[in-house]
Amino acid sequence: MLRQATRLLARPAIASSSSFAARARSFSTDLPTAPAEDSTFIDAWKKIIPNIDPPATPLTFMQPRPQTPSSIPSKLTVNFVLPYASELSAKEVDMVIIPATTGQMGVLPGHVATIAELKPGVMSVHEGNDVTKYFISSGFAVIHANSFADIIAIEAVPIDQIDPSLVQKGLADFTQKLSSASTDLEKAEAQIGVDVHSALNSALTG
Amino acid sequence: MAMAAFRREGRRFAPLITPRPIAAVRSSPIPEYGLLHFTVFDFAFLSLQSQYATFGHGLWLPKGPSNLLAPLGVRSISTQIVRNRMKSVKNIQKITKAMKMVAASKLRAIQTRAENSRGLWQPFTVLLGDSPSVDVKKNVIVTISSDKGLCGGINSTSVKISKALHKFTSGPEKGTKYVVLGEKAKAQLMRDSKKDIELCITELQKNPLNYTQVSVLADEILKNVEYDALRIVFNKFRSIISFVPTTSTVLSPEVVEREAEAGGKLGDLDSYEIEGGETKGEILQNLAEFQFSCVLFNAVLENACSEQGARMSAMDSSSRNAGDMLDRLTLTYNRTRQAAITTELTEIISGASALEG
Repeated sequence: MLRQATRLLARPAIASSSSFAARARSFSTDLPTAPAEDSTFIDAWKKIIPNIDPPATPLTFMQPRPQTPSSIPSKLTVNFVLPYASELSAKEVDMVIIPATTGQMGVLPGHVATIAELKPGVMSVHEGNDVTKYFISSGFAVIHANSFADIIAIEAVPIDQIDPSLVQKGLADFTQKLSSASTDLEKAEAQIGVDVHSALNSALTG
Repeated sequence: MAMAAFRREGRRFAPLITPRPIAAVRSSPIPEYGLLHFTVFDFAFLSLQSQYATFGHGLWLPKGPSNLLAPLGVRSISTQIVRNRMKSVKNIQKITKAMKMVAASKLRAIQTRAENSRGLWQPFTVLLGDSPSVDVKKNVIVTISSDKGLCGGINSTSVKISKALHKFTSGPEKGTKYVVLGEKAKAQLMRDSKKDIELCITELQKNPLNYTQVSVLADEILKNVEYDALRIVFNKFRSIISFVPTTSTVLSPEVVEREAEAGGKLGDLDSYEIEGGETKGEILQNLAEFQFSCVLFNAVLENACSEQGARMSAMDSSSRNAGDMLDRLTLTYNRTRQAAITTELTEIISGASALEG
């Protein structure tokens, strides 16, 4: 039922734009990896609960990702998402530099598959000669073998929107709070504040 | 609900539509009502007056199925009751129309945010896959519903799917618990699954939904509930008239490792290098918690959209029903009014002609 629906939906989409169809059929490695929905779940559900339709699962709502190509692609496809917006979705870039907990990490097409936890810092997106810099609060970055990079952060601001005076003030506040903190929780919160503000500081200067 | 009440009101008027023949009223024996002796002209006056005044004392109403509607002593049914009912139906129509517009404006506000948050859960599903048929011991079903009612059937759908998931994941040595968000699901689940409910959270939308609030909520849930797999049940907003019940599964880090070793969709998780000084287990733990808060944020927004959309369509059909009811009442009103006038005229004329001839 659901499988046919997705197939019916996909067929006119492919037939409508011929260029897309040509691109889609040229490489077999571009075909989607995962099936449109989870057939094992649906079968198991129907066995136990035949009267109610099974609920949809996230796989039905997802755009499938292409397979790992045999040769290294020329561009890196970046998805940069925040809870409130998708800043970059499927944007093809040359390189991104992400602030992982181990330091700044450059990601080029063909990078080995990685899961990286991010610390507050500057992320820069290099596309030809343009460089866009964002300051991100922490998050995760996942680099897949097919040169897709998913960067999930909670907050991101372009560097030029940060006010240096407020950064200095915040840094001073949190350093003072850290020195006067009594419980572990307060110490941890103050430490986080200090880390974020010193990262903001170095982002503005560096 | 409101619609059933409307239907009941409409049925009450069915006996009204067939007007009672005059002769029957005059000659029917009325021992059980008694005491009232009126002449023909008093009848006429009374029926004229009763159109504009309330019932005076001393008028006895006949017992019967429509006992409020056919007062004795008055030739025809008073139009006062019909008018009262028309007024109340018109007020209901106004209220439901206003509620529909309020829901439409709230939907507009929250729809953009829900669509923007759709990118949030996709990276996790790409990395970790989605395995709703995973076999684990401790399942926790997080049911998301609304606090306010009058929103159609979406809350019942969520509860139905949650109960079905409970049945799906139950088995020997397996335990399934509920975490309930929202009053409506809480009311429905308390009735038969009270002992399975771990946590109840209400008044989610008191302040506008934001990620900070939801992440604190997710933190609370993860702290207080032991889980191997979390299944979030919500209504995904596809369009104003279409809401798809959906379930997202978030696995605990131990289960992720187990599934990765077993192969299948998570099999190539090991091929991912871990960048960071911590161990793989710690990274997976952080990842699982982050995934839960992201998926919960999107689910709560989608459910709120679905709630407003369902409320819009429910209020729209209420207004339409009220309009239909108002049309029927207007016809009845006009008919009874004209019947009363005709009756008076007939009696006056027949009385006058009796005097003459």
